[in-house]
Amino acid sequence: MNDMRQVERTVDTGQHKITAKNVQVHYGDTHAIKDVNVNIEDKTVTAFIGPSGCGKSTFLRCINRMNDTIDICRVTGDILIDGEDIYDKKVDPVQLRAKVGMVFQKPNPFPKSIYDNIAYGPRIHGLARNKAELDEIVEKSLRRGAIWDEVKDRLHAPGTGLSGGQQQRLCIARAVATEPEVLLMDEPCSALDPIATAQVEELIDELRRNYSVVIVTHSMQQAARVSQKTAFFHLGNLVEYGETGQIFTNPNDPRTESYITGRIG
Amino acid sequence: MPLAWLVIIVLAIATAGYVVGRSRALSAAGGNARGLHSLPVYYGANVALKIIVPAFGIMILWLLAQPWVIERSVATIIPDSAVAEGSNRGLVMAEVRRTASGIVNAVASGEMSRDVAEEQPGDLEEFTQRLKDAGQVVTSTLSAPVVAAAQRYNVLSATGALYMAGLVVLASLAGLVFGISESRPDFRARNVVEQGVRALLIGAASIAILTTLGIVLSLVFNTIEFFRLYPASHYFFSLEWAPSFSGRGGSSELGVLPLLWGTFYISIVALIVAVPIGLFAAIYLSEYASHRTRAFAKPLLEVLAGIPTIVYGLFALLTVGPLLVSVFGDGGLLGVDWQGGGRAVITAGGVMGIMLIPFVSSLSDDIINAVPQAMRDGSYGLGATKSETIRQVVLPAALPGIVGAVLLAASRAIGETMIVVLGAGAAARLSLNPFEAMTTVTAKIVSQLTGDSDFASPEALVAFALGMTLFILTLGLNVVALYIVRTYREQYD
Ligand SMILES: Nc1ncnc2c1ncn2[C@@H]1O[C@H](COP(=O)(O)OP(=O)(O)O)[C@@H](O)[C@H]1O
Ligand SMILES: [Mg+2]
Repeated sequence: MNDMRQVERTVDTGQHKITAKNVQVHYGDTHAIKDVNVNIEDKTVTAFIGPSGCGKSTFLRCINRMNDTIDICRVTGDILIDGEDIYDKKVDPVQLRAKVGMVFQKPNPFPKSIYDNIAYGPRIHGLARNKAELDEIVEKSLRRGAIWDEVKDRLHAPGTGLSGGQQQRLCIARAVATEPEVLLMDEPCSALDPIATAQVEELIDELRRNYSVVIVTHSMQQAARVSQKTAFFHLGNLVEYGETGQIFTNPNDPRTESYITGRIG
Repeated sequence: MPLAWLVIIVLAIATAGYVVGRSRALSAAGGNARGLHSLPVYYGANVALKIIVPAFGIMILWLLAQPWVIERSVATIIPDSAVAEGSNRGLVMAEVRRTASGIVNAVASGEMSRDVAEEQPGDLEEFTQRLKDAGQVVTSTLSAPVVAAAQRYNVLSATGALYMAGLVVLASLAGLVFGISESRPDFRARNVVEQGVRALLIGAASIAILTTLGIVLSLVFNTIEFFRLYPASHYFFSLEWAPSFSGRGGSSELGVLPLLWGTFYISIVALIVAVPIGLFAAIYLSEYASHRTRAFAKPLLEVLAGIPTIVYGLFALLTVGPLLVSVFGDGGLLGVDWQGGGRAVITAGGVMGIMLIPFVSSLSDDIINAVPQAMRDGSYGLGATKSETIRQVVLPAALPGIVGAVLLAASRAIGETMIVVLGAGAAARLSLNPFEAMTTVTAKIVSQLTGDSDFASPEALVAFALGMTLFILTLGLNVVALYIVRTYREQYD
């Protein structure tokens, strides 16, 4: 209990982008997320770590209501973005997802050209008034995704023809193109080789300037490298949340310590 | 001796061989099965195999070769002068065969005595009349060479059958002796029987392949025969289909184009009905329906595929046709007079389309389901709605597969017969009006071969040319469709 209070104190000083209160998630009879409370700050990279099956992806998917697409999934509690309850009846999950972008574990470019992959979101949401504006958005997004130089000469080649690392950066650029405020990433590097991983990590650090980034990762080194805040999940509970440096060097909870030193996981 | 008796005799010898071989092996090992290399049943089976395989082998080869050999020897009896103008040797030989079997049947039914059947007839008119009285199909008075050839044909067949029976029985007895002599304890009967089983399986597989080959070859040869009798340029380019059955050859116009047009038109109408409905049903089932609905609706839809096409034909003739007439016909709901009768392109095409719905929907459903969930998640994650996701991500990804499914459905439509016969009529016509009766290649194949047809005339042989045309068309479509479906599959593996 003591620890929790300390966590809250440190977080209270920042500017909250996302606030979760008493969030519970059930898949049928499985209780996947148990009473999670957390405040995620703006213009910060927050890492979710924890052993497999502890509910990191589930909680991440609550933030853009992707769990709505799973029939048996039930979410209770409140999640606020900029103080607004995203599970409120008035909120359209489709609109919400334009504001809260998501990048998945396996790169999943659409079987379309690179250009059309990026233009997909802007077209759906009517962000461009004409072709020139759309071109501009595509270029800007590809630059933000740190992949412009590699693909600028073959914008009309299929996105599926890129390498794994390029595909993942394309997917990040695609998410960025709809101008989200929050970017959720579920193990974005787990299908990538070390060089591609380094490129994506560099990119994440760039993105922090404009967005609030939440990243799920299996690699503690990665969490330590890219994040300012870290949350440790275990068996559906949020065990510990705090400054990344503090979590890795001086964790408060014995479970966190065991995980970090490799005793559970 | 009828063939059935011969088969029964061989099987009886084989059964005896099985029993003897089994007990021989056992007694050779002193009644102790452990002293044998294989279980006793294998020794029995070995003997049975040694009897059945050569006996039936000889029988099959003989039956295949005999007619061919006999026909060659009989053909020499018929002088060139007996081949009438405008006919050919093949036609005369067909008459010889018909007469020969007519004589055999007439003797068997007691209408003709054996002596009359075998002697040279004094009065050909009377001989012909006898055959007619016996209910045999004889069209005109038989000529002397034909009767002589037919009689020779029968004599040779009878002798051949006798020789074959003797040879087969001899072979099975030899097999029996050989098999029993093999039944020693150290003989590896099990391995031999295993080989036999393997050969049997290979045989089954080859029969399937050889039959296909046989069908194709018979199509090819008969098609070649057809083009010898009828000019290919007329077949391919004539705009008229007007076979005549009275005069042989000459006066018929056998242009394939009106039939191909009918096939094409009706198939297009069918696809216009089937593709949107089937595709939308597939999209609903795979993307929107709950598990419960899907589990219940999908099999229900597939029941449609199990309805025999003749039932669809009845539906077209008795329900859809009159219904369409009451809308588009004289005094109908629309007040237009477009459709004269129930049989029309639109009737057959519409009903065929209904038949194809489950075909399209089931294949498309599988293909849409094969689009990875990650693709949909990617789209939802960008704030796309369900229908945007389906239209812009799922369908484009599934498109090659769906095209393949449509092509497969098209080749079904092209090959469909019963619905056309009952729903579209029999008039070969080159017309754009969908309310008119038209007919297709398949329906014409049926009508060219029903009733008394002379298989040596171009009017009958054209059926093979039509069949060949159809075969090449659907084969081509299937190859393209499978190629597309396969390349699509590789995309996600
Ligand atoms: N679609 C689903 N249906 C049912 N159970 C699920 C589903 N997704 C996840 N779960 C369950 O929820 C728990 C948390 O899963 P997840 O959030 O994927 O864990 P993590 O991402 O931390 O490995 C697991 O026990 C898992 O079995
Ligand atoms: Mg996960």
